[in-house]
Amino acid sequence: MNKVMYSGAEILLKSLVKEGVEEVFGYPGGVVLPLYDALYLQNDIKHYLVRHEQAAVHAAEGYARVSGRAGVAIVTSGPGACNTVTGLANAYYDGTPLILITGQVNSKLIGADAFQEADVVGITRSCCKHNYLVKDVRDLARIIKEAFYIATTGKKGPVVIDIPVDVFNSKYTFDYPKNVELVGYNPTYKGHPLQIKKALDAILDSKRPVIISGGGVIASDAHRELTELATRLNIPVVHTLMGTGTFPDSLETSLGMMGMHGNYCANLTVSNADLIFAIGTRFSDRITGCLKRFARDAQVIHIDIDPCSISKNVKASIPIVGDIKNVLNTMLQLYSKTHHKPDLQQQNKWFGEIMEWKKKVAIARKTSDKLSAITVLNEIYNFTKDDEPVVCTEVGQHQMWTAQNFKFNQPRKLITSGGLGTMGFGFPAAMGACVANKNKYVLNIAGDGSIQMNIQELMTCVDYKFKVINCIINNGYLGMVRQWQEKIYNEHYSQTKISSPDFVKLAQSYGALGIRVEHEDEIVPALKEALSYNGPVVIDFICESFEMVYPWVLAGEPIDKVLLSREEV
Amino acid sequence: MAINHTISVLVSNEVGVLSRIVDLFSGRGYNIESLTVAPTIDSIYSRVTIVTPGDDDVIEQICKQLNRLIPVIKVANLSIGEAIEYEIGLLKVSVNDENRAEFLNIVTQAGAKIMDLNEKIYTVKIDGDEKAVQTFAELVRPFGIKEFVRSGKVAITKAGQFQNFKKPKEENAINKLFS
Repeated sequence: MNKVMYSGAEILLKSLVKEGVEEVFGYPGGVVLPLYDALYLQNDIKHYLVRHEQAAVHAAEGYARVSGRAGVAIVTSGPGACNTVTGLANAYYDGTPLILITGQVNSKLIGADAFQEADVVGITRSCCKHNYLVKDVRDLARIIKEAFYIATTGKKGPVVIDIPVDVFNSKYTFDYPKNVELVGYNPTYKGHPLQIKKALDAILDSKRPVIISGGGVIASDAHRELTELATRLNIPVVHTLMGTGTFPDSLETSLGMMGMHGNYCANLTVSNADLIFAIGTRFSDRITGCLKRFARDAQVIHIDIDPCSISKNVKASIPIVGDIKNVLNTMLQLYSKTHHKPDLQQQNKWFGEIMEWKKKVAIARKTSDKLSAITVLNEIYNFTKDDEPVVCTEVGQHQMWTAQNFKFNQPRKLITSGGLGTMGFGFPAAMGACVANKNKYVLNIAGDGSIQMNIQELMTCVDYKFKVINCIINNGYLGMVRQWQEKIYNEHYSQTKISSPDFVKLAQSYGALGIRVEHEDEIVPALKEALSYNGPVVIDFICESFEMVYPWVLAGEPIDKVLLSREEV
Repeated sequence: MAINHTISVLVSNEVGVLSRIVDLFSGRGYNIESLTVAPTIDSIYSRVTIVTPGDDDVIEQICKQLNRLIPVIKVANLSIGEAIEYEIGLLKVSVNDENRAEFLNIVTQAGAKIMDLNEKIYTVKIDGDEKAVQTFAELVRPFGIKEFVRSGKVAITKAGQFQNFKKPKEENAINKLFS
């Protein structure tokens, strides 16, 4: 029997279809011509043409973070592949499942310094979970299967598949493997039962417990289990930036975000706890502050699927390697059976202290007649909250103000660059979110600096009528860096005053809707207009330049040393 | 305290696996004191033996990070149990008529072996643990060492202990490390 032969390009697309991929983001080029030809001849996968390869990867990440499925991006060799490095590093840091297909020069030319050649496997090695150079079309389907498996299991992350043009053109049969055989890769899903029991007992014995909920809770889809456990055990919950939405902000036991710009109450609770139950967090320096003085009295229980995250920064006395959803379910079952119950009296005392800390909040101070960014963000939040839109952000002051002022009751609603802190992430990520969301509107809260890093994507949004509403907090500065310069570098505003084009005209020239807002009474009408527009919008909020993000824990300080206003030193 | 640890890593014998390991060390600021790589009896696997300095926390992190690499099948810190460690030193030593007898005496005493010689230069091989090689080199230093080439370390656990070739199938293998 003669089996049908397919080109490598066709095998790739067929494999993507087998993996359930319906949408990809990409940018064509010389060596991926055979792949783009195959794309042209099929209807299963929709390709979104971006305007820069970095945006393709960010868009795929936005897509993945909203949908929970792996995002896919396709780029060409050399410069195309090099442009993806920031996107890969971002996804690697934040544990987002991605598949990046990069074209490569003919396998016979590799190493010959061919046109548009780059050692992609070498360049991307340290910023992706794994990468492959496909040398033989016969390996292609297996490698794609493995790549998806690696990207979407364990601690999720990006996987790069580098495919030479001759492999795209070679013919082979298509037989998609059913199973993956990777001897060296077996993520641990089930937590050790004795460790889980030990952890539960320690929590029930503790007097001042707190849960730190991180991005891993979203990755494991464990927010319901977390909420149930925290509610049943009556433990206060703080979250990291990446853990936003894992525990409903509407509940009284939610203390909000902790860390450098976290709530006073959240930071104080963690600092004074006798037990920290850390779930799916890396204990990044942005949440621990000075490591030596971090929660000195606390015993630490740490659940993570990645053994590397445990005891890397904060030593865990009860480590549990496993899938969070599994571990929390086991813990809930154990709790149902045990007679060991938390001490109510102690709990009331602890909550009493916490409620006192809750009263202390940052004091905003207006320094000019211009709009306050915080007012703008509160208005945006109030106007859109019933829709529960996906909110993307860029990186900087606006990002922290969004995290502080928006309330999230569901995961996968705040899409932001946590670990790498990539300016220019939010806008393309919002495009990906739009695709995942079947074009429900998506907010992108941006700064005037960040938005200019991937502004070219306005064209992509216009082409596909993506309802991305860019809210630019335009304060004329790289605000977060300026804030540090004001406080720590004697107001030497070195290279942080930044000019911008007329965003309204710019939006119009792309064919998008541009609105300028300078007064408070214009905010709501602008949002109304934006929401009723069928396509991308840019709202340019002209804001006060010198507004600061508070609460603020200075770098190197312990997190209970929270500054609440400019007046504090 | 930062003492040398011997880490034995079983890897899939595939292109780029050594770069992944070396990149991990350089990217995270760890040091490699010595490194040996060779295929195992089953040539689809290779054994990498790395000697690296670090305190317990650092070594634990190195082992975890190594385990995270997809082609890495098993990581064992051989410094924890007792292991047989072995390395080879090749030395070219100047010898003359006056000190030849003394030199040959040291060679015999140390269990070194003459591999090549002419009137002025003896090439000798010394093997054993790190200390044996180091001591021998110190002993012959006064004669004049013209060249000294040293292998990295290879190591194996003692007769009663085994390092499984297959990663344990049991799901909680990693958790067991902690409990």
